[in-house]
Amino acid sequence: MRIYIDLFLTFFRIGALTFGGGYAMLPMFKKELVQKHNWCTEEDILDYYAIAQCTPGVIAVNTASFIGFRKKGVPGAICATIGVVAPSILIITVIAAFIRHFADNTYVKHALAGIRVSVCALVAVTVFGLFKKNVKDILTAFLAVAAFTVTFFLGFSPIIAVIIAAAAGITVKIIKEKKKQTAPEKKSDKEDE
Amino acid sequence: MTTFLQLFYEFFKVGLFAVGGGLATIPFLKEIAENYPWFTISELSDMIAISESTPGPIGVNMATYAGYSASFSEGGLLWGILGGIIATLGIICPAIIVICIVSKFMEKFKTNKFVEYAFYGIRPAVAGLITGAMASVFVAAVFYLNDTGKITGLNIPAAVMFVVLTALYAKFNKIHPVIFIVVGAAAGIIFKL
Repeated sequence: MRIYIDLFLTFFRIGALTFGGGYAMLPMFKKELVQKHNWCTEEDILDYYAIAQCTPGVIAVNTASFIGFRKKGVPGAICATIGVVAPSILIITVIAAFIRHFADNTYVKHALAGIRVSVCALVAVTVFGLFKKNVKDILTAFLAVAAFTVTFFLGFSPIIAVIIAAAAGITVKIIKEKKKQTAPEKKSDKEDE
Repeated sequence: MTTFLQLFYEFFKVGLFAVGGGLATIPFLKEIAENYPWFTISELSDMIAISESTPGPIGVNMATYAGYSASFSEGGLLWGILGGIIATLGIICPAIIVICIVSKFMEKFKTNKFVEYAFYGIRPAVAGLITGAMASVFVAAVFYLNDTGKITGLNIPAAVMFVVLTALYAKFNKIHPVIFIVVGAAAGIIFKL
């Protein structure tokens, strides 16, 4: 029983003290999980992160599930994950109640309008970074533009876009691989250069 | 009661398909805003701002806020709180399930080339999806709209603010987003956005 409470409390602290999610949580994970509890190594955490990014869902939640599962199976995963989201539930509920109550106040209205503009600026910069990092060739550029077009102009669900993009990535990479296999001499020539 | 089931189901889908953490949930939330009367596009950007300014993973914060807003209008505070909890459980459930399966064959998953190929396609598409979702948020923040959502004019102070904040954040991206959000709120009150 002790370990379940420990898992819950540790991840509760992580959830309560890290702003921003994602990579912002990495130092906190290290401090709590490696240095304090010795539940895993630093390499383990980087591995969890890598996999958490390739599995659906929120990265911090995935990492919590991973460590909880490794310690105590499915119940452990549940304790750790509930722990990491509990602070959000508490804090956000209070804020949501507050905003609902004051939404008609003129100052709150102007402040929210200003906040919306700064959110657009923040996201614009972040998304620009995503494009720079992930658009590497014609296919990836096409997928980025296509995903934008079909959801924004044609009203498609983003779920469909994600599935098609995954299929396109796999198909094109495999075709490329096959081509390389049929023309191995050409490839070795290139490597010599 | 149906709202609770719908909340769980919709956020379960977000948890299952929003790959890449944080901002990747925005396109899915925008779709929810269009299909359900739970929150508006403008409220979506309030949610992003709140999530950036409070601890915890962004996707989870958004689920709690959306669940609260959706249920509050039906049954008041208590329903709001319950709705927030249910939506949050919805978004974390797929993560727990997927991770518990994946950790059994973690090494294989990490080096599986199909997973890698799929992400080669998904990542640029996600950048495109977020751009599409944010385009709607941007229009609502920087233009004047009439009741049917048609653009009636440019909100010049807001547009200027967007350009200035984007340039500042691109240059000083070490500064915490919460600072920009506070600046946005202050500017919103001063310029009566």
